[in-house]
Formats: sequence, structure tokens, C-alpha cells
Amino acid sequence: MFYLKLSLRNAFRHPLRAVLTITGVAVAILAFGLLRTLVGLWYLGVETSSSTRLITRSSISLVFTLPVSYRERIRHIPGVTEVSTMNWFGGIYVSEKNFFPNFAVEPKTFLALYPEFIIEDAEKKSFLKDRRGAVAGYKLAAKHGWKIGDRIILKGTIFPGEWDFVLRGIYRGAQRSTDESQFFFHWDYLNESLRRTVPRRADQVGLYVIGVDSPEKAPEVAQAIDATFRNSLAETMSETEKAFQLSFVAMTEAIMIAIKIVSYVVIVIIMVVAANTMAMTARERIAEYATMKALGFKWSHVAITVFGESLFIALLGGAIGVLLTFPTANLLEKELSQFFPVFRISPVTIYFQIAAATLVGVVSSVFPVYRASTINISEGLRRIG
Amino acid sequence: MPVPVYYSFRNLAVRRLTTALTASGMALVVFVFAATLMLAEGLQKTLVETGSPDNVVVIRKGSQSEVQSGVERLQASIVESLPDIVMGEEGRPLLAKELVVLINLPKRGSKKPANVVIRGVGGASYTLRSQVKLAEGRMPRPGSSEIIAGRSIAERFEGGGIGEHLRFAMRDWTVVGIFDAGSTGFSSEIWGDVDQLMQSFRRPVYSSVIFRMRDATAFDSMKNRLESDPRMTVEAKLETRYYLDQSEAMAKFLRILGLSLTIIFSLGAVIGAMITMYAAVANRVVEIGTLRALGFNRASILQAFILEALFLGLIGGVAGLVPAAFLQFVTISTMNWQSFAELAFSFSLSPGIIVKSLLFSLVMGISGGLLPSFRAARMDIVGALRSS
Amino acid sequence: MKNNDGADLEEGEKPHIVELISVSKAYQRGSQIIPVLEDITFSIADGEFLALMGPSGSGKSTLLNLIAGIDSVDKGSILVKGLDISSLSESGLASWRSANVGLIFQFYNLIPVLTAFENIELPLLLTDLSGKRRKEQVETVLSLVNLSDRMDHYPSQLSGGQQQRVAIARAMVTDPAILVADEPTGDLDRASAVEILSFMDRLVKEFGKTVIMVTHDPKAAENAHRIIRLEKGVLLNPSQQKV
Repeated sequence: MFYLKLSLRNAFRHPLRAVLTITGVAVAILAFGLLRTLVGLWYLGVETSSSTRLITRSSISLVFTLPVSYRERIRHIPGVTEVSTMNWFGGIYVSEKNFFPNFAVEPKTFLALYPEFIIEDAEKKSFLKDRRGAVAGYKLAAKHGWKIGDRIILKGTIFPGEWDFVLRGIYRGAQRSTDESQFFFHWDYLNESLRRTVPRRADQVGLYVIGVDSPEKAPEVAQAIDATFRNSLAETMSETEKAFQLSFVAMTEAIMIAIKIVSYVVIVIIMVVAANTMAMTARERIAEYATMKALGFKWSHVAITVFGESLFIALLGGAIGVLLTFPTANLLEKELSQFFPVFRISPVTIYFQIAAATLVGVVSSVFPVYRASTINISEGLRRIG
Repeated sequence: MPVPVYYSFRNLAVRRLTTALTASGMALVVFVFAATLMLAEGLQKTLVETGSPDNVVVIRKGSQSEVQSGVERLQASIVESLPDIVMGEEGRPLLAKELVVLINLPKRGSKKPANVVIRGVGGASYTLRSQVKLAEGRMPRPGSSEIIAGRSIAERFEGGGIGEHLRFAMRDWTVVGIFDAGSTGFSSEIWGDVDQLMQSFRRPVYSSVIFRMRDATAFDSMKNRLESDPRMTVEAKLETRYYLDQSEAMAKFLRILGLSLTIIFSLGAVIGAMITMYAAVANRVVEIGTLRALGFNRASILQAFILEALFLGLIGGVAGLVPAAFLQFVTISTMNWQSFAELAFSFSLSPGIIVKSLLFSLVMGISGGLLPSFRAARMDIVGALRSS
Repeated sequence: MKNNDGADLEEGEKPHIVELISVSKAYQRGSQIIPVLEDITFSIADGEFLALMGPSGSGKSTLLNLIAGIDSVDKGSILVKGLDISSLSESGLASWRSANVGLIFQFYNLIPVLTAFENIELPLLLTDLSGKRRKEQVETVLSLVNLSDRMDHYPSQLSGGQQQRVAIARAMVTDPAILVADEPTGDLDRASAVEILSFMDRLVKEFGKTVIMVTHDPKAAENAHRIIRLEKGVLLNPSQQKV
């Protein structure tokens, strides 16, 4: 207990220095937590994937479409529970800054395959009935102040022209991590228009979404689908939803790796700062350490007080950093909802933050502990002031 | 006359460990700062150099890149008849109708898939794109299943090297040549004959039409004429502008992310500098009192410590820039969000970035050293001398 | 010759270079005001070697600081060479000090990162002298204290006695009107102390400098022309003479 008291008192002997160091550690731990969360977000799509859903796309690349006629054939493959279709529409609402994902889908089967999008029955019914109907996520609707019945116009990029929709439903995510910023409408509405204007682009889908009756069957079903369409005019590539999402992430992996590295760099920076603080403090207290040793304390006793002081400062700073992470994350989620629809701190991140703070405390005490425990008593006593 | 400069400098040199640690903190921050700027610069440099100032790109109106665009044969012919186009060899307009699609290819080693641009080109394409030069092998024979690959593709993707094969659109294609396109985006592309590719992919429309203007200053009037033609649903952009727009979102993201990160980090480094300078002042109280007693006024004490802080920043700045300079040998490849295609680019160090980085480190030094320097200057002589 | 009041000097009396008139100084600690010097009046003649002595807390160091212009009076005035330094501003005092006062401290107070040469040069940097002229001056005083061969050494490479000699050289380099020394032998062994005191004696006898020294050591005071004793901020025997 004596050592604890000594460490605590020593830590605040230079109040300004202690406050500065604690602030530095807090800022670093906060930044570390936010960066980790940012990287985690990138993989959000992967995490929220369902193990009973497959994605089938053109084997050449996502840029190529598949005939809608494949649907019936896929449905008859053993293990398949339901088949739906998605076309990336890429429409713009008012300006490019308001980016959100929007898709043309086969509505009934799509909602069946995505139970995490929760819509009230009445809204669901009116959406299914109205060919020009659309459903938007809660966060998206809230951001633009949309209400049921509103007319929403999207400017097409892939499919030129102005496209008119009526908002029939607003969905909520089943979990906190479900994306509530998506917008989808009837594929028939898109297709009808294409048949009239650009017939060669009609009757095409971008992706098939396939439900399988059990996760173990997934690889088997995927292979069966691809085998069905091998050597046809549009060969397919089927994979689990998780693999599909991972492939997206892999393409921007370089940036994510850079951000991960940078998040560790910030810890190194603060470690250097804290180590410097402790080294300076140790140098100034050499006479005291010598005195303690002269009085009969062993080097391990001296070491413990130094170590305790360093750890205390680091952990206090770390605790503040962790506490600050929550309001900051909330702020980011609100202000930058366009880029980060969900900015949620995971428990793992918190553990990492605490671990990082502890590491800082330990590493920064290494040199001072060594110094304090190896000084020659008489030499140390001579160094006053 | 103020306190000599060597006083400030030597005080840093005499406390080697502390100076090294504090400067290292600042060096790391400067490194991240410089690296981010270099990355954004490299990205934009790659994409901007990809365009030539006299070339025009015509794509479907509203589509943001060639990949999303479709230009019907009829519309392409109408563009070809524009009087603004320079005449090429054989008296034909210097114009190319191109097809741009993405295919999914596995990378060498990791086998991870990435989207790669395949460009179906016409004869004029090579003339229009003077940055592209055949480096190894030969050009594809007309009517064959032969393609050439950009250097970045040949190095990074399976099947992309000379003599290797790629399979797509139900055909096997042989890579018969590798082309060099410098640091432009074309190095990340595969080129083949446009007619062969259109056939294989069963695409009846082109993606874009590229031509060179006789007089680039007349671009705006040509653009108006073309876009207001009722038969056309296209838009025209200067090639340099087109590629600049392609990098905008990513460059902006990189800059914002990098800058906000750097600001947060710099807080840590500045705190480190502040702690160091406060300690320096605290350890030299008697010295400061002596200098004041000898007749140096408060301003000169302030200046001496601020100079010390600036030197600290400078050391950190240089220490951070040196490894950043080595980043120039590193190439990043990632997916460009706007074009959806794989793009390889490298870090690019410009004199502007060097200046900005050094200024930044000096600012960090001053920020950390300002308050402690004031403390040193405000000391009362007698009190300071008495503290020995 | 006339003294500073304008009156004629008596036979053998040297002009007064320092005059203190009703000087008082107090320190504030929280809400308490603690008097340190009470109504001090005396004069110091040009070329005099004066020792200030007294028990700890008697105010002798404060008195020294006031004469040197490092501290300022609460009441009264101090004239040095006819100039009322108590009326000078802070920056005015700083300039005045650099030209007119040489300072010698108990712990030498040399700048650790400067060589002996550079330490001695410091006061000259506050003048307009060229680099060449400064070098000449420094070398002159260095030979005076017999340390020409150590001019590039740092304080940490010099003994206590040598460091104090450098300090004396620094104090002399601007050829100041008065030299002020606070316990100059306090940190030295007997042999070095004797050496330093003999240097200070030379400054008075050979160069006609006025030296005001605070000391505990009666042996150090032996060379002084006059000893002034202070106790609890008051002069004990203002006109005690000793030749």
C-alpha cells in the first residue's frame, strides 16, 4: 500500500507534466479506438453476411449482367429455398453528395431473403402492390425527412433519365449493425421502361441472391449453380455472401492496411512521449532513488515505485481516452452518416485500447526502472538538484 | 543583441536522449503527414498524366465513367463527322471508338481477385495515347485472340505476362506484348482489338469515343454543339478533366483522412514537445536568472527558448521526411471507387510537400515550446537565482 | 573634486560611487508582508573593497541584489555614479547592468553548454562591439585570470576554482563600474578560496575596481577596506572603518 501511495503522489508532483502526459495518452488511445472502429466498419458488410445466402454474378465481372431467365433454373437446384434478383441502379438523389446504395429488386423474394430488414405488414403490402413503390432504410429516410407517400426522384447514371418513385415503406434493421441507409424498388418498373427504350438492355439482372436451406449445403449449391451455366453465353460465379463481401473489401485492402498501420503508429508516438517524460522524471530524481537505497530499500522496491507511477499515468490517460471514445463515435455517426452509417464501438476495441494503454505504461517505464535500480548510491547522493 | 543561436542548439545536443525521443515523436507525425500528401499527389498525378490536353472523351450523358457508359454506333459515327477533329494518317480523323469493361482477375501470389480494365482499342488509340509504348513483345494481330498488357498488370496478375493466357468471355486470350505507360492509369489496363472484344463480350455498343481536337481552345463551343444535338445523348470532356474527376473522390478521402489523422497525432507530438521544453526550462532556472542578471532582457530569453523549440521541430521534420522520401519506391494498388477498377499508383514527393512538411514540423515545435518559453521569459531574476 | 552631492571632498576622501538613501524592501508571502531591509542609508567610495556580513536572513543578499540592479527598492533610492537606478525601467536596468555591473556568484553560474571563452564573451554580446574586438577583450581578461590555455573547455571540465576565475573574467570583461560578489568562496576549498580572494584583491589594488562582497567567512573579509554588518535588515555600524 505504501508503494501505491508513493506512486500516486509521485505521479502528481509535477501537476502540469502529469496532466500533459495523461492528455497525450488519452488523445492517442481515443484516436486508436476510432481508427480500429473505422477499419472494422469496412468489414461491416462481411460481418453482417448471412451464412445461408449465396450471391451469383457474371463470371467475367460485376459489370456484366445475367439473363433473368436463369431464375427458374436456379430455383430448381436442390438445396435452394428462394431466389431473388438485384440490379445496382446507382441513382443520384438531388446531388452526388447524397450518395446511398439503391437497387432494383424482385420485391417479394428479396424481402423474404433479407429478414433483417423489418417492415410493418401494412407498408409491405402497399409496397408490393405499387409498381412505382420504394422502400428506404430508417436512417436514410430520417436524413432527408422522407415520409410514407412522398414522391422521390432519382437521376439515373447507368440507366439515364429521371426516375419517379413513391415511398411505400421504411425499414428498420434487426440489429444495430444492420445498414439502414439502403433504398430499393421494383425491378419490373425498371425493366418495363427498358423494354420500351433500350430493349437490348432489358430482362437482365446484376446479381442473383439465393437462399440455401442450411449453411453446410452452401458450397455444394454454389458449385451446382455454376455447373448449370458453364459453357453457356453467360457463365456464372457463385459464392457465399461473406465471400462476395470479402472480395470487395480485398480490393481496397491496401488503404485499410495503411490505416491499421497508422493506428499502431499513434500508439508508438505516445509511447515515445511517455517514455521521454518518465526518463526526464527519473533523471531528476536520481538523488531520491539513491537516498531510498541508502536507507535500505532494495532495487526492486525502487523499481516498483517507478513502474507504478508510469502505469498509473498511462492507465488514467487510457481510461479517459476510452470514455471519450463513446461520445466521439456518436458524434461521428451523426455528422458523417453519409460515409459511416453505423459507427459503433465493439467491446474488442475497448480491450485493445486498454491493452495499448498498459503497453505504453510498461514500455515507458523500462528505461527509468533500469536507471533507478542500477545507480550507485554514493554517486546518486552527490547529484543534488 | 540576443542570446547566441548556438546556445539554443547546444542545449538540444547536450540532452541527447530527450531530444531524440521528442524529435522521434514529431518525426512520426511528419512521416504520416507527408505520406498522406504524397499518396494523394501520386494518385492525382497518375490520373492526370493519363489524360492528354488536346484529347476529348465522349461518353453517355450522366454516366460517370467509361465503364457505365454506352455509345451507340450511330452516335459514334456522328461524333466522327465533327469538323473539329484533327486529321490523322491517311486523311482520316484522329478518332478511336473504344470499349471498356472490367474483368475479375486473380492477383499473383495472394490469388485475391480484383477488377481489371480491358480496353478494346482501334488503330488511332495508340496515336491518341502517346504515353503508351510497346516495351516487350509485339502488337496483337488483327482478328486474333491476342492482347497486350500494361506493365502493372503483367507484374501483378496471374496470366498477365508475355506468353501467358487469360480466359474470359468464353475464349482464351494470349498476351503477346507488354506496354509501358509510365505512371499513368493505362499501366493497369489490358488492351485488345475492339471488334474482337465487342464480339466476345456480346456488347453491341461502344463505351466511349476519343479524339484529338485541332484547336483545344475551341472545346467549349464544340461541346455545346455536340451535346445540344437532338440525336445525341452524350457528354464530352477534355481527357485531362475526365481523369481528374475520376480521382476526385478518392483523393479527397485520402486528404481528409490523412489530415484529420495527422492533426490528432500532432496533438500527441506537441504535448511531447511541451513536456520536454517545460522540463528544459525547469532545469535551467538558475541559468535563465544568470542571463537576465548579466543584462539579457526578457525578449531575448523568449527568443532563445523559442529557437530551441524550432530546432527541435526542424530535427523532427527532417527525420520524418527522409523515410517518407523512400516511400517513393513503393507502389500501392487499390480499387478506384469511381471507376471501380484496379489502379496502381505510387507516392509522389513534390517540393511543395517538402515545404509543407517542414513548416508543419516547425509549427509543432513552436506550439509545444511557446508556453514554456513564456514561462522562462517571465521569471523574476532574484527568485530564479535563489533556486539553486 | 566634488562628491555626488556637489559638496567638496575632504582630503583623502574618494568620490562616492554608490549611494543608498533610505532604502527599504519587503517581500510579500500570501497576505503577509515581511520586511527585509529597513531604512538603509550609506555610501560606497570609488575603489573601495566592501564586505557585507551578517547572520542568515539579515538581508545582506537582498542589499547586494539592489545595488547590482537585479532587484528594485520599495522605498528610497540608489545612485550609482550619480544615476538613480531605482528610477530605471526593467529593460533600462538590464542595459545598465550589462555595462556597469560585474557579477560573481557562489556557484559560479556559468552556462554549461558554453565554453569558457563563450561564457566570458556573453556580456559583450549586449554591446555593439565587432567579433574581432570582442575576441580581443575576452583574451585580455582570460590572461588576467591565467586561463588562456583553457578557453575552449566547458565548465564541467574545470575545477571549482577555475570556474570561479572564469566567472571573474566574465565579470571584468565589460570593464564595469562596480563588481558585486555573493559568497564567492562559499563553494571552494581553502586553497582555491585564497586564490580567488587574491584575484579580487588585485582587481581593487591594480585596477581600482569597486568590489562589494557578501560573505560568511571572516577570513574572506580580512582583505576588505570596510565591513558593514546587517542584522534583521538594519545596519549595525554604518561608518565602521577599516584600512
